[in-house]
Amino acid sequence: MNTENTFRLDGKDIPFKKGDTIMDAALRAGEYIPHLCHNPEFKPHGSCRLCVVDVNGRHQASCTLPAEAGMEVDNSSDAIRQRRELLLQMLFVEGNHTCPACEKSGACQLQAVAYYIGMLSPHLTHFFPKRSIDASHPDIVFYHNRCILCGLCVRASEQVDRKSVFAISGRGIDSKLVFNSPDGKLGGSELEFTDKAVEVCPVGAIMPKHLGYETPVGQRLYDTKPISVVGDVAAHSKPEKPFISDKSHE
Amino acid sequence: MPNIEEFIGDIFSEIGEAPDLLLQYLHAIQHEYSHVPEEAIQLLSERLKTPPMKINAVIDFYSFLHRTARGEYDIRFSDNITDRMLGNQLLFKSLCKKLGVEPDVPRADGKVTVSLTSCTGICDQGPAMLVNGLVVSKLTEKRIHKMVGRIEAGIPVANWPKSLFVVKDNIRRKDKLLNDDIIKGSAIGALAATGGEVMLERLENSGLRGRGGAGFGSGLKWRLCRETEADKHYVVCNADEGEPGTFKDRVLLNSYADELFEGMTVAAGIVGAKKGLLYLRREYLYMREALEKTLQERREAKLLGKKILGHKGFNFDIEIHMGAGAYICGEESALIESLEGKRGIPRDRPPFPVTCGYKNKPTALNNVETFVAAAKIAVFGADWYHSVGTSQSSGTKLLSISGDCERPGIYEYPFGVTIRQILVDCGASDTQAVQVSGAAGSTIPPQEFYRKIAFEDVSSGGSFMIFNQQRDLLKMVLNFARFFTHESCGFCTPCRVGGRLLNDLVEKVMVGYATRYDLKEMERIGQVMKKTAHCGLGSTAPNPILDTLAKFPGIYATRLHNTSHTPAFDMTKALDVSRLLTGREDEGAYVERTDEY
Ligand SMILES: Cc1cc2nc3c(=O)[nH]c(=O)nc-3n(C[C@H](O)[C@H](O)[C@H](O)COP(=O)(O)O)c2cc1C
Ligand code: SF4
Ligand code: SF4
Repeated sequence: MNTENTFRLDGKDIPFKKGDTIMDAALRAGEYIPHLCHNPEFKPHGSCRLCVVDVNGRHQASCTLPAEAGMEVDNSSDAIRQRRELLLQMLFVEGNHTCPACEKSGACQLQAVAYYIGMLSPHLTHFFPKRSIDASHPDIVFYHNRCILCGLCVRASEQVDRKSVFAISGRGIDSKLVFNSPDGKLGGSELEFTDKAVEVCPVGAIMPKHLGYETPVGQRLYDTKPISVVGDVAAHSKPEKPFISDKSHE
Repeated sequence: MPNIEEFIGDIFSEIGEAPDLLLQYLHAIQHEYSHVPEEAIQLLSERLKTPPMKINAVIDFYSFLHRTARGEYDIRFSDNITDRMLGNQLLFKSLCKKLGVEPDVPRADGKVTVSLTSCTGICDQGPAMLVNGLVVSKLTEKRIHKMVGRIEAGIPVANWPKSLFVVKDNIRRKDKLLNDDIIKGSAIGALAATGGEVMLERLENSGLRGRGGAGFGSGLKWRLCRETEADKHYVVCNADEGEPGTFKDRVLLNSYADELFEGMTVAAGIVGAKKGLLYLRREYLYMREALEKTLQERREAKLLGKKILGHKGFNFDIEIHMGAGAYICGEESALIESLEGKRGIPRDRPPFPVTCGYKNKPTALNNVETFVAAAKIAVFGADWYHSVGTSQSSGTKLLSISGDCERPGIYEYPFGVTIRQILVDCGASDTQAVQVSGAAGSTIPPQEFYRKIAFEDVSSGGSFMIFNQQRDLLKMVLNFARFFTHESCGFCTPCRVGGRLLNDLVEKVMVGYATRYDLKEMERIGQVMKKTAHCGLGSTAPNPILDTLAKFPGIYATRLHNTSHTPAFDMTKALDVSRLLTGREDEGAYVERTDEY
């Protein structure tokens, strides 16, 4: 292999093209680097920090780091696994993730990455924040409890749907997702069920109405194979039948 | 109060109409109306073609912007640990009580709101507060008492005695930078005489490194900026000075503004910038008028504007942009986002601002002190500068000294000075610890007082806070943990969540519920923040905890619960109500306590 445009990821040579990040090249080569806020269709965000790897001894987010020839990238040491476990636990305790009562369970990327990493419990002290549910939209329910602030819906709505329905507001631990509508409720926004923004949410924050429990437990996205094989939620979540809002539901 | 539509119209005609000026409009509106009224948001939304959602998201990011009115008198007590050591808590409570207000809640008559705020940079003459943007220093119970009288009588702040608003420079030790004066315009003249390339070499040879903390070579930075081809280049001065305990830029802005603007102009000449921006922290609003006046005088003296000093093609001017209360906006890429009117979320780096900064153009962004030093090096030469200092840290450093010492204030030292020497000079005795470089810096115990202030030893952005043996150092740790939780931008997981977890764990230690296990957790969370945070805020936020765990284990050990694990959930507290209802007084009856583990 031409070493001029390869780097090494856990001892394997990974080819890359000009402009690739470590993540881009790894995904193309079929190598899994755990991530939540990344989706190859959008500009990288670098906010969840799960994809931080050790590159020549330095800690770097693989979704934003441009690949360079000869880099030695460690994606699998025990130290890295432990770091990722703690980051996942942070995300779990920050919101209210009651998986057994969540419809997304089994098809949720947060949960699937946690299984992959071997996270057995949230371990940390739960924040139990008071967060609301917005059911004002005819076709969509929004659960603030489950939002991990990955910004994917923000990017999808801006870059693909050209609507800018979502934004992250506030600061620090009070950061939250907000909607572009006169009363701040999702119902008054331009969001439609077929929007890209609805497809990309890695967790159960943006959920369809009227489609409850379509896929039985046991047959859900990550029920039989791990996320390292299955890939992202967004890659699978194109709605089979475009759902057109039927006003009679209201 | 003026009609909002007219007011906004006036700001637009004064400073121009562009979406990246959003934060400047919001600042002006907040200042006039003590909040940004809904009507203003709608008007801005229409004129800037930006949805109200995005404007609200900006307002909700900055501590000094509000969507509900704070009232005629908007009061914020500086809450740095140094203010606490000087008794700000009692004064804060006293003022709240006398005015009959709860913290952060406007009084029913809409007259006044009292809050705490992050360090305002008046640590050498605290406790300090801001009243409608003006600094009141050296607060005492007497001052508070009189203040209440004036507020109740409705006397406008403009008519309060001028003596209340005195902020002294308190320069205690001068060295090269503060001593050797340059004549106005002489640095620009030197640049014109040598040309950009020679001047760059002079700066490189001087060994000047950034004074904002990171210590990047300033000459190299300007060279990279100059060599990046683009239709526009910018020069930006970072006057955000948000690091707790730092106030040296305050003094430079107050008394060395000409030298600062001169340095920015030299930078502009070298990198080819036509426009410069001074990002001034909101806490320093009180200096804005004087700074604008200095800029105007420089324009009149042909030191700014078109054809500077008569040189055809040398056009450069400087605008002041206000911050709005966010420590993260001191981080260079967050600062640039803020200059563009957005929330201060740090960008991905690379690319660095030097090639892709303000409006995605090459930007030479430096600290106030760096520009002042550059102006003087331009006149006096490289040798003048690097004749003092150490081999890797040439020249001098301004230190902002506060805390337990007889003579707090500004001390300029050649790099290489020992911490012990500084302590002697400022009259500190019985010192338990020094916090160098602010909340994000390092905690230095007495056995390390032989160490030197230098990039290669104890690096410092300028903050130097002293704690004597009587102080409870854990209070410092808690104050900093709160600071970081409050100031985290919230973008990345480790800092947003980890910072809050650390804060809660320090509180648990404080109230005596923590165990050895919790200390290990703090260490573990801190290490993950250091290794995975997106920017310097999150990666340095655990420093005071990790440093004190290693060097001052006693402040934790004496408070530990004598078990291997205690849950954060407090059963006794949770049963408070039931006990009250049933009239029981047997706290802890639900558990058999053993103190064996
Ligand atoms: C959280 C954070 C806050 C910072 N605050 C400041 C500040 O208030 N002033 C400053 O000059 N640099 C600050 N910096 C450093 C800047 O990012 C940048 O390195 C500096 O302004 C560059 O100028 P210099 O090379 O002259 O030091 C901060 C960095 C971080 C990570
Ligand atoms: S709603 Fe979903 S996609 Fe949007 S930020 Fe939250 S977790 Fe990410
Ligand atoms: S570390 Fe992350 S959350 Fe903290 S200030 Fe930086 S970007 Fe924001």
